[in-house]
Amino acid sequence: MIKIQLPVSPDEIRKLKAGDEVVITGVMITGRDTAHKHLVETDGEDVRDLLKDSMIYHCGPVVKKEGDKYSFVAAGPTTSIREEPYEADVIEKYGVRGVIGKGGMGSATLAACGKFGSVYLSAVGGLATILAHSVVEVVDVHKLDEWGAPEAMWVIRVKDFPAVVTMDAHGNSIHDDIAALSKANYDRLIAGE
Amino acid sequence: MGHEKLSDSFLELIRRASTMLPPDVEKAMSRAVELEGEGASAASSLALMLENARQASEGSTPICQDTGVLLFFVEYGPDYRQKEIEDAARAATIAATEKYYLRPNAVDSVTGKNSGNNLGEMFPYFHLDQRDEPGLRVRLMLKGGGSENVGAQYKLPDGQLKAGRDLEGVRRCVIDAVFNAQGKGCAPGVIGVGIGGDRGTSYLGSKEQLLRDLGDTNPDGTLAELETQLFAELNQLGIGPSGFGGKTTVLGVKIGKMHRLPACFFVSISYVCWAYRKAAMTVEGGEVTYD
Repeated sequence: MIKIQLPVSPDEIRKLKAGDEVVITGVMITGRDTAHKHLVETDGEDVRDLLKDSMIYHCGPVVKKEGDKYSFVAAGPTTSIREEPYEADVIEKYGVRGVIGKGGMGSATLAACGKFGSVYLSAVGGLATILAHSVVEVVDVHKLDEWGAPEAMWVIRVKDFPAVVTMDAHGNSIHDDIAALSKANYDRLIAGE
Repeated sequence: MGHEKLSDSFLELIRRASTMLPPDVEKAMSRAVELEGEGASAASSLALMLENARQASEGSTPICQDTGVLLFFVEYGPDYRQKEIEDAARAATIAATEKYYLRPNAVDSVTGKNSGNNLGEMFPYFHLDQRDEPGLRVRLMLKGGGSENVGAQYKLPDGQLKAGRDLEGVRRCVIDAVFNAQGKGCAPGVIGVGIGGDRGTSYLGSKEQLLRDLGDTNPDGTLAELETQLFAELNQLGIGPSGFGGKTTVLGVKIGKMHRLPACFFVSISYVCWAYRKAAMTVEGGEVTYD
């Protein structure tokens, strides 16, 4: 198990290999469909400094509000591939060192990971309760009223957040490996062999 | 049963659906842990999923943060009116959102505005059937967006798949859809298939199949055979839990058929993730039971 402390440098990130199990501690930001479009189309002033050398978590949480305090009740990953049209730009523009989600991403993101020193990490889909427990503090939130709770950019402090590196900065993608392996099985099954 | 009490019963139904993994799914997952074998990473992923479900049930928090769209399948007797059922379910939906059993998920498709309480146009969705016997039977599914995105509809014949208008054609469509889904729909999934109908009813039929018990047998012998065959074949794809590889890509395959138009042959596939949120309740003589 490798420990990652945020903020993290590109050199540290380049040491990671696809298949590495990690736990992440520090401040990161949630962002999904609306956030990614926003980050590409604007200069992301509100979160620019926070994203630098940090990570973006593809997650639309269930959030509890007590007084002025927010806490995460359920916070598993959402499907990452929807952000493929944006992610490479987000990595380059904001210096993001890690993208956390589920299901993997495509070739543009993989290339950006190599070029700028970033990785894609998979959290297990559906682990909403366990992952919410590793979010120890909701530090801030951006665009909550405008976008609603699932799409808002939540600034969170995590402790020992568990994930697996599935796309590294050296061109390796476990998702591509599994797709190729299952494609061979698919061809055989379709042919009825 | 008065409005308030009926609404409370719906609230409990939603709580159960969101926070408790159904016993048939838990059983299928536990069997999969054994199949993958101790030490395999697929087995530890599955074990984590089961542990997550345990913690969710214990704390009454959602198993998955995407609490989906609420699909109510209702059978009601002459002692109930459609409107009172829908009103009670809507009131319960608001209450369940306030209690964090549900994430606010209803987004206006034009303005992008989240309604904040899970009410909206066609949201929740109700499928109501009147029956002669008194009482109420409600089956609820919370269908998440990630798995909904990997659903697929085919129009046969399909030249690329070499799929004709027969069960071999259906088989190819199902394999194609599950292959394309990879790990994106939170594998291992349960696959609901609707053969026939029009585009709308075909998808609806595929969803209704998902409400069957995982351990049941299709009363149609031909479809039962296809379900068994596809269950074995899909698990040979090697996609595995979370799409990280393994022997468990699906937990079940359920197939239903509808009459079709002579010109149409649709095969609709609905994918539901391992965090399969479903629950049912029966109301008889003012007494509520959940299963």
